[in-house]
Amino acid sequence: MVAAGSKCRSCREPAVIDLPRHNANFCAEHLQQLCRRQMQKAIEDYDMFGPNDRILVAVSGGKDSLAVWDMLVEAGYEADGFYVGLGIGDYSDESTRYVTAFAEERGLRLLTVDLRDEYGYDIPTAARATKRVPCSACGMSKRHLFDKAAVDGGYDVVVTGHNLDDEAAVLLGNVLHWDIEYLARQLPVLPAANGFPRKAKPLVRLTERETAAWCLLRGIDYLVEECPIAAGNRHLHHKGVLNSIEKESPSTKSAFYLNFIDNMAPLLADQTAAASGDLSRCVRCGAPTTGETCAFCRLVDKASAHDPVPVELVLGKRGRR
Amino acid sequence: MLVKMRNPKREIEMGGDRTVNHLLDALDLVRESHLVICNGTLVPGDARLADDDVIEIRPVISGGC
Repeated sequence: MVAAGSKCRSCREPAVIDLPRHNANFCAEHLQQLCRRQMQKAIEDYDMFGPNDRILVAVSGGKDSLAVWDMLVEAGYEADGFYVGLGIGDYSDESTRYVTAFAEERGLRLLTVDLRDEYGYDIPTAARATKRVPCSACGMSKRHLFDKAAVDGGYDVVVTGHNLDDEAAVLLGNVLHWDIEYLARQLPVLPAANGFPRKAKPLVRLTERETAAWCLLRGIDYLVEECPIAAGNRHLHHKGVLNSIEKESPSTKSAFYLNFIDNMAPLLADQTAAASGDLSRCVRCGAPTTGETCAFCRLVDKASAHDPVPVELVLGKRGRR
Repeated sequence: MLVKMRNPKREIEMGGDRTVNHLLDALDLVRESHLVICNGTLVPGDARLADDDVIEIRPVISGGC
């Protein structure tokens, strides 16, 4: 390889990455500085949490969740990890190994829950039992367990690794359907309310190319392979569309999402209030719910009564779509 | 040069003496969706690659729902 001609915008040393949205190139040191500053700006601008708050980071073994955990700990925050074993075949086995190694190597506290061991089901079985797409059962299970772990553990906030690409793709999906209720809730921080813990997304100002570069430069081993069940889903398609636009018009993606938060979200604030009316408590687990029994407990009932479904059967079903 | 790719995992041989951006274009890959690692080091789009380089093209898109 011949050294690149491009220089770091900050120090003029050889660059390791080009970021068209910033119209700039960065060396390893100054890319990390950019990531730190963007995360801290998100935390402060959106009043996500303070230096004394106890943080529970939802980790999956992928780049974003390990990056945000690493960045928070490096910045001096008290942050523990929480991992849910989803039972998605080899993918989940690999995820567990990456998360466990990350925590052990850094001496960090990792809480874990395994769906099959503790609730008697896994995601492929839940998908088959409920006749819904696997990502639906997966997202609902994780959200319930993140909330429960945060409340039970006395944490002030649940942090997830959602990045700018994730949020822009979800926003595109919500706009395409003009789903006002979802649009109103698509905020970088949601306050604690009705028994739910506060939730924050400190990486919303960073693209996933930047979080992946952070991991690479910091020596973080993460699971690069995509969830086999998620492959081909609508969310990934929306990301591809946005990146095609970004290629022709750099910084469009960040303008799309960040201007929505600044200009549009305030106009939808009353919709958020209307959607978060009083909730009752699940008679089974005590979680907030609109009915007598929460959606998670109903899922557990159906999925745990079903014969285990190997992940290959769910993959086959998606592949025929 | 040897080019290692993912999803699915595979390796291909390509002629060197081209930039990273040209390599991505030749493979019909979008820069915003990938990192390029040359001999273990992250490299920008205008880095010029050689015949004896080992390249990893790492996708950065994840499907988190």
